[in-house]
Amino acid sequence: MKHYEDRVVAAFMYCSVLWALLGMAAGVYVAAELVWPTIDGGWPALTFGRLRTAHTTLVLFGFGVSALIATAFYSVQRTSHVRLFAPGLAWAIFYAWQATIVLGAVSILAGWNAGKEYAELEWPFDLAIAAAWVSFAVVFFGTIAKRKIEAIYISNWFYGALIIVVAMLHIVNSLELPVTLGKSYSLFAGAQDAVVQWWYGHNAVGFLLTGGFLGMLYYFLPKQAEQPIWSYRLSIVAFWAFVYTYIWAGPHHLHYTAIPEWLQSLGMVMSLILLAPSWATMVNGIMTVSGAAKKLKTDPALKFIVLALAFYGLATFEGPMLAIKSVNVFSHFTEWTIGHVHSGALGWNALITFGTYYFMVPRMAGAPLHSVRLANVHFWLALAGTMLYVLAMWGAGVSQGVLWLSLDDLGEVRFSFNDVMAAMKPYYLLRFFAGLLFLAGAVVMAWNLARTFAGRRSIVVAPPMAAQAGAAA
Amino acid sequence: MSWLSLHHRLERNTGLLIFGILLVSAIGGLVQVLPIVAEGTRIPADMAPYTALQLEGRDIYIRESCSTCHTQQIRPLLAEVKRYGPYSHAEEFVYDRPFLWGSKRTGPDLHRVGGRYSDAWHRLHLLDPRSVVPASIMPAYPWFATHPADRNGSIQARMRALAMLGHPYTDADIAAAPAALAGKTELDAVIAYLQCLGLNRTGKASP
Repeated sequence: MKHYEDRVVAAFMYCSVLWALLGMAAGVYVAAELVWPTIDGGWPALTFGRLRTAHTTLVLFGFGVSALIATAFYSVQRTSHVRLFAPGLAWAIFYAWQATIVLGAVSILAGWNAGKEYAELEWPFDLAIAAAWVSFAVVFFGTIAKRKIEAIYISNWFYGALIIVVAMLHIVNSLELPVTLGKSYSLFAGAQDAVVQWWYGHNAVGFLLTGGFLGMLYYFLPKQAEQPIWSYRLSIVAFWAFVYTYIWAGPHHLHYTAIPEWLQSLGMVMSLILLAPSWATMVNGIMTVSGAAKKLKTDPALKFIVLALAFYGLATFEGPMLAIKSVNVFSHFTEWTIGHVHSGALGWNALITFGTYYFMVPRMAGAPLHSVRLANVHFWLALAGTMLYVLAMWGAGVSQGVLWLSLDDLGEVRFSFNDVMAAMKPYYLLRFFAGLLFLAGAVVMAWNLARTFAGRRSIVVAPPMAAQAGAAA
Repeated sequence: MSWLSLHHRLERNTGLLIFGILLVSAIGGLVQVLPIVAEGTRIPADMAPYTALQLEGRDIYIRESCSTCHTQQIRPLLAEVKRYGPYSHAEEFVYDRPFLWGSKRTGPDLHRVGGRYSDAWHRLHLLDPRSVVPASIMPAYPWFATHPADRNGSIQARMRALAMLGHPYTDADIAAAPAALAGKTELDAVIAYLQCLGLNRTGKASP
């Protein structure tokens, strides 16, 4: 009797928690550097530029991608009623990916940097990522290809879109000419490079942080709520509209810059249209959970997932608003952008991941969660941290946006850059404490999950004997 | 419900699903990105590429991720032009691989910082920002003064690579590069780069 390959799931999950703690700690540290700029101690590796790059790399590719692969491997087996295809390859992906994160983070701290935002890892890592990603596709689609369930379940469409589109984006955006082991030059220059980069950058957000995590939502929300997805047709429409529309929205990162005007306007219009599929999925999720209101009061996993859904709704509303040129003129280049990213990254991505871990760990350990009380403590720390973070950055961002563009009666700029910068200190301080709260919550979770696993081995779960057609989730 | 029956087939066939996602997600990029890239980079005849020292400075700027906090893109807004100078034009960036426009102004925009401050001011500022701007939250870069420029001796390889990508470096330029960097520090290189920013323009570039 073949059982599900869950050990590789657990391995990815452990590492993602580790990267979450390290990546968030790096984030808290760089937040502190904006308040106390000398705490880098004169160490090149700890200066803001390098450490912030390590922070985004660790949380995006260490925490985020490890969590996505863990949950993709967990759910694709259960929605297909088969063991993972090529488990040996899955383990190879695990080691390759973790090695890439360790060495990649070290390389950035040492000064290797391709200079493109969220794609700073240099060309040897780009190659490693491409190889690992193609292997991920082989294992994932291989599992789907040998499924015992007739239909491919919705969550797998989203994970599939994550795999396919991120591969496309990564390969094109990483086209570069290597010079030395740690240095390459982009094949694209200037304004063209900007267009390619934000096609990548925006859709890394779109298909990694949105699409991939929607895969998580479509499996773990109905499972934990013990309710079927509210509308199957709505999920079909929302999925294809999402895949089609998201990719067009990149140019809103380049409003009023030296790229063609038509591209900016098109990017803005498509960003506004994007609100429809984004909220269609949110409505589908909320209606799904509406039948489980009682459970929502007591179940920590469900609380995290539903709160994440609320932040998803907030961030996917805020995004299109920020893409409007007359709003963007104030928000662009300010802390508002950082606040927007974190309402998504903390409120949506991190919270739903925490929810799925509170779901998966008791099942894999074969024991109830060590402490529901601690999970609730984590919930409130995470919520308070995210809210304070976002509020601090809204305050800072709107102030910057208004003050920078403010002109006096003679048409001269009213405030010097340094005065505005100095006025940011209270916001930066508040953001530092908010980050600390969020990190503290993650530490509580790590301890809680470790205690749940303590002294136990992952239990062995076998696929159902007879596949039932249509009963996907 | 014919579209539902179409989807019925799509969600039962792995290959078809993969193909569908690839096709539908590629359209946006084909319309928005491909035409821009296919245009190619037209280098204005009267624009010189970065000198060896400026290029070294630019690569250090990338190494330290300066673009995390400093943009190089002045938008065509009155307040921005007043604060930073003439707004940025696409052709000013033809030698920028990668582009360094940035997405965040924790510090001020640097696109036209060239010539704004003296070399001596930059020297003080890079080594200890708070000695000249008391409220500054920028990191200090003391090692710029002690590291020689081009520590790993790759300047010629870098210029050859850029020449392959169309930057008009002559063999003489590349041959002269090590001598141009001899005795210079990373501090000299970064200052040379900052001092050229925004000045390399063709006649019709800006108002």
